[in-house]
Amino acid sequence: MKVIVNVSLKAGVLDSQGKAVHHALDSLHFEGVSDVRVGKQIILNLETTDEVKARKDVTQMCEDLLANTVIEDYEIELVK
Amino acid sequence: MKVSILQFPGTNCEYDTQHAFEDLGASTEIIWHKSETIPADTDLLVVAGGFSYGDYLRSGAIAKFSPVMRAVKEYASKGGKVLGICNGFQVLTEAGLLPGALKRNEHLHFISKHHHLKVINNDNIFLEKLNENDVVNIPIAHHDGNYYIDQNGLKELYANNQVLLKYSDAEGNDKNPNGSVDSIAGICNKEKNVFGLMPHPERAMEAILGSDDGVKMLQGFLK
Repeated sequence: MKVIVNVSLKAGVLDSQGKAVHHALDSLHFEGVSDVRVGKQIILNLETTDEVKARKDVTQMCEDLLANTVIEDYEIELVK
Repeated sequence: MKVSILQFPGTNCEYDTQHAFEDLGASTEIIWHKSETIPADTDLLVVAGGFSYGDYLRSGAIAKFSPVMRAVKEYASKGGKVLGICNGFQVLTEAGLLPGALKRNEHLHFISKHHHLKVINNDNIFLEKLNENDVVNIPIAHHDGNYYIDQNGLKELYANNQVLLKYSDAEGNDKNPNGSVDSIAGICNKEKNVFGLMPHPERAMEAILGSDDGVKMLQGFLK
């Protein structure tokens, strides 16, 4: 099973990269962008086909390693 | 006085650190990260600077799972003294031995220059040879040195005198190079045996190289 993990800085934690990209978009005259957040995507291939197990395992991976929960949030997406 | 210095793949300040402490009269040993123990006669354990595991995923995120880190946690929990410099500070926050986290510098640049620091609390072994409000000139060299901690965590740091150093100008006025919360450059744990800072005192040991203010800092650990 393919699992996609998206990690980004928590709301309220200043995202300097997002801010810089936002400025760059402004200077390229892309209008109407109200906010930009830059995160990272981690794509995992798991042997299991059990969705409950996959979510449980990946949650633990995020808590232990993939995200630093002091400053980051994570979202887990199971892809069949 | 025995100083053990951790070396991960990508560490690059272990020999500077060794040179600095040996100059001060300590004996030293470099400990490869695969070691499951640290020398029993260790008086100070230094997590040296560099780019452990190429800073992959996050600075310090992978180093915290190295075999030696279990021994480091045990050593610290028994009151052993631990000093994390630069990447070592990042490793200690990732490992949960120090509160908070280090983010990408506010203006996204890698910063490498001398910077003044103001001593905030000296009621600890690390800074006891300095006075509060003293200003020292110490090199910084980092990309991810933007210290973050939430408001409650920050209050706790102040309440327990855990804020050690702040970035400043030569007069001690606040000057923030990287966006750190309250310009914080270095902290310790509540028990005051685990210390972390982004600047490099081991690179400020001789006036001819720009500053010898690091001597007074590292000397604090010597018996």
